[in-house]
Amino acid sequence: MGKIIYLDNAATTKTAPEVVEAMLPYFSEYYGNASTVYELGGVSKKAMNEARDVIADALGAQSNEIYFTAGGSESDNWALKATAEGYRSKGNHIITSKIEHHAILHTCEYLEKNGFEITYVDVDENGRIKLDQLKKAIRPTTILISVMFANNEIGTLEPIREIGEIAHENGILFHTDAVQAFGQVPINVDEYHIDMLSASGHKLNGPKGIGFLYIRKGVKIRSFVHGGAQERKRRAGTENIPGIVGLGAAVKRAVTTMQERTAKEIELRDYLIDRVLKEIPFTRLNGDRHLRLPNNANFSFQFIEGESLLIMLDMEGICGSSGSACTSGSLDPSHVLLAIGLPHEIAHGSLRLTLSDEITKEDIDFVIEALKKIVEKLRSMSPLYEDFMKKSR
Amino acid sequence: MYSEKVMDHFQNPRNVGEIENASGVGTVGNAKCGDIMRIYLDIDDNGIIQDVKFKTFGCGAAVATSSMATELVKGKNIQEAMQVTNKAVMEALDGLPPVKVHCSLLAEEAIHAALWDYAQKHDIKIEGLQKPKSDIHEGEEEDAEEY
Repeated sequence: MGKIIYLDNAATTKTAPEVVEAMLPYFSEYYGNASTVYELGGVSKKAMNEARDVIADALGAQSNEIYFTAGGSESDNWALKATAEGYRSKGNHIITSKIEHHAILHTCEYLEKNGFEITYVDVDENGRIKLDQLKKAIRPTTILISVMFANNEIGTLEPIREIGEIAHENGILFHTDAVQAFGQVPINVDEYHIDMLSASGHKLNGPKGIGFLYIRKGVKIRSFVHGGAQERKRRAGTENIPGIVGLGAAVKRAVTTMQERTAKEIELRDYLIDRVLKEIPFTRLNGDRHLRLPNNANFSFQFIEGESLLIMLDMEGICGSSGSACTSGSLDPSHVLLAIGLPHEIAHGSLRLTLSDEITKEDIDFVIEALKKIVEKLRSMSPLYEDFMKKSR
Repeated sequence: MYSEKVMDHFQNPRNVGEIENASGVGTVGNAKCGDIMRIYLDIDDNGIIQDVKFKTFGCGAAVATSSMATELVKGKNIQEAMQVTNKAVMEALDGLPPVKVHCSLLAEEAIHAALWDYAQKHDIKIEGLQKPKSDIHEGEEEDAEEY
């Protein structure tokens, strides 16, 4: 493989070298089970508690409110299923948005099959949830509102503080899937009235296979995995100590570098967006121009299809992603792009580029030149473009 | 994901373009599903396909199957072109991933649609040729149940 320009950091990130270094001793040197009485196990337990403290600090939470899981999807599943079960006597209604990750949406579909009622609130053309619709959706039987902190495809930041206040005023639990946002934007669980929050290690330069669920003290949700006393009896299984240590190191890194890193990313992101919109005709930006994740740019190029675009970018060593049907394995393009009102054929031509702090202006310049060439080539082959040009002549 | 031949036909597609005053033009698929193929045929008085061009909006497999389909019908007579099935296109490309098989069906359909247009214009009947469907995707490929 030659030089690659990796612009798919919303899919996963490179594990930072200092994170790997922090993890290594916990494989073959300090391999003890944290539940044991001898000193070797104690070393593991201490490392785990330190990681828990770092994460709690990052969120303004207590350490005993952080529960390690295998990642974002497990955290989302746990929050929804266990709240549904734990609060069923109070009601069977849950409110979420139309643009959630499938870890939320598919779990909601599962709950619907089990007697729960779900309201999927609309978003506006920029992907921001419609708060008036959210308020109107509240019923006496509503037990949970779950809205993502930031969207994984279009990067839009949701009005989390407002949603938290609405939930709080109505005595409803509030869960947020912060898998994309945690480590990229400051989050305080008290300020935003968050009762549960999902996050994942590998989205913030940590290892894969580790994440956590923040559960506010007093929230009555039960064990997700039975079989041991780990994680305050709420999630059994011998702890993934190397993963937990790696997650702690990644969170520490993300928090301490956040300001500088995201300032740089925002500058490059805006440079990318401005040039693409200016230099490639029939292109639109998806998601809010300013209320978006520091590293996210998402475009739709009219008359072309996303997978073709991705393969051609890959030939130039550029990694990106698309919301086209061909990349999802179904016939429909991304539910997020449809929810913001894009017609199918424009949703098929989408491209998401997500930056990291390793990306330089030279990289972005290279990507823009490649994009111009590729979009032109694909349009020259497109019957849609042919028809459009004939009509506009 | 794709065979070398698919990648070759995607990167260097054969016969891309348009034919002015073509003997037959066929457009199939729909933008909603993310695939549209248009095939132009230039057929001489002896019924030989002298030239063929295509334009495609779609994924890598859609482009490659269009390109291969044009190669397979070029220089052939109409009955031979009718034998260019989706299977023939797939085999010539050393196979396609299962989720992309519909692209080869679309290529076959596009050839048939162009031949149908030719037959209509010249008021002839081509054996085995039926009026093209407007959308070959309907009802296909239901998502597997997850639970």
